[in-house]
Amino acid sequence: MAKISTEKLNLWYGNFQALLDVNASFEPNRITAIIGPSGCGKSTMLRVFNRMNDLIENVKTTGKVLVDGIDILGLDADLVKLRKEVGMVFQRPNPFPLSIYENIVFGERVHAENIRRDKLDETVEMSLKSVLLWDELKDRLKESALRLSLEQKQRLCIARLIAVKSDVLLMDEPCSTLDPQATARIEELMRELKNSYTIIIVTHNMQQAARVSDDTGFMLLGELVEFGKTQEIFTAPKDKRTEDYITGRYG
Amino acid sequence: MRKFKEFIIEKLILVCGIASIFFVVLIFLFLLKEGLAVFNIVGPFNFLFGKSWYPISDPPQLGILPLILGSLLVTLGAAIISIPIGVGCAIYIAEVAPLKIKEILKAGIELLAAIPSVVLGFIGMVTLVPIVKNVFHLPTGLTALSGSIMLAFMAMPTIVSIAEDALYSIPKTYKEGALALGATHWQTIWRVMLPAASSGILAAIMLGIGRVIGETMAVMMITGNAAVIPNSILAPVRTLTATIAAEMGEAVVGSEHYFALFAIGIVLFVISFAINVTADLFLHKKQ
Repeated sequence: MAKISTEKLNLWYGNFQALLDVNASFEPNRITAIIGPSGCGKSTMLRVFNRMNDLIENVKTTGKVLVDGIDILGLDADLVKLRKEVGMVFQRPNPFPLSIYENIVFGERVHAENIRRDKLDETVEMSLKSVLLWDELKDRLKESALRLSLEQKQRLCIARLIAVKSDVLLMDEPCSTLDPQATARIEELMRELKNSYTIIIVTHNMQQAARVSDDTGFMLLGELVEFGKTQEIFTAPKDKRTEDYITGRYG
Repeated sequence: MRKFKEFIIEKLILVCGIASIFFVVLIFLFLLKEGLAVFNIVGPFNFLFGKSWYPISDPPQLGILPLILGSLLVTLGAAIISIPIGVGCAIYIAEVAPLKIKEILKAGIELLAAIPSVVLGFIGMVTLVPIVKNVFHLPTGLTALSGSIMLAFMAMPTIVSIAEDALYSIPKTYKEGALALGATHWQTIWRVMLPAASSGILAAIMLGIGRVIGETMAVMMITGNAAVIPNSILAPVRTLTATIAAEMGEAVVGSEHYFALFAIGIVLFVISFAINVTADLFLHKKQ
């Protein structure tokens, strides 16, 4: 069963329609890439899945978005539970101005679970190990997270989500501030994580989509033009517009 | 010709810049010259920690401990009142209030800052002082508490506007990150935004307190002006500032009393300077 699916999803910023009848489904344990030129609505769609668009005024959404079969657009949706399950990695790494340790246990502290010290220590070790930072940082846990390199910061932000046991990782251009080596290492990490997570990555870097994803969706002007296996999209696109985009005719 | 004009303007600006420093130095030197003379009559320790201030008795007793304690008590009271309300108001304006209320509140805070302190003192005298007197069944409502309450109104605009600035300038990504992890709005404010803005908020508090310590008119009007060591916040007190303002006019130039008042000026200067430097340190730590 699809982890996340949308039915006739429409979204307006004021009078501007940013998403147009989007129907898509995202499978667990796969990486799905959303590609498209700037302003096509790919980040907007990602932000529907954890209701981050709620922060913006004048946004109207219609249609259905099912996460584990439950519609999350309803007024009665439990946002805290949703955002715990559907974690987000932002374009610019955004660790809090707290220690590395406190960054990772932030989720547990706000959800008031496991507040016993030894449990927290375990969480920190487990999360940092899964993002391959433990060996580098185990002696620096009390240091401010703002002193880390960009790549380490981004890994830390991913570790933060692992600590709250998210099922879904929404990644909004997670490598756009990183150099090519760091990008390659984050992509490697994504491949490792996909065994336990549903990963959706928004990227304007087509090579990245081709390298890392299993499925790809191509968006243009708010419309999901084509959605399918990455290999098929990149070798035999069905829609002319997709073909034009991936061959670099615009974008 | 154009070059000459540039030259003149440049030098004029230079003179303006130097002038401000020059005058500060002059004032400071004058203060030191007049104030330090008091230590020929009374030792620094006895001056700062002497328990009686009877400047015109014979021989004069020039101990300013009651005045220092008076200032500290009024300031502490004002801080206890204004910090929670001020920071709370800043959080409300920066994070919670809808746009319209935000505009109204900000304008209100600016208005509060624009009220002259003598007017605040006057209003306090006719409204607050009788209330304090009746509520606590005191012989007089002119107490440290009345001063604290009125001064809290003076500190609040500073605290609110600078703290609100500090909260507003936190990167939006912190807030998004916290919310995206499932934190509630309040948890986001408490666990992420306040720590992130802490240096700016501390600076706001320091500057607010600096304003309170230096304030003269309102405290002179409503704290009762009794130069005795206060035994509670409900006792009349006299502050350092009020002492100078009230007595300078009648002190004979060149007398012990006159020098002592200047020495009080030095004490005030040192306190304000320390507070401003601390606030500055916090502000720079932020950047």
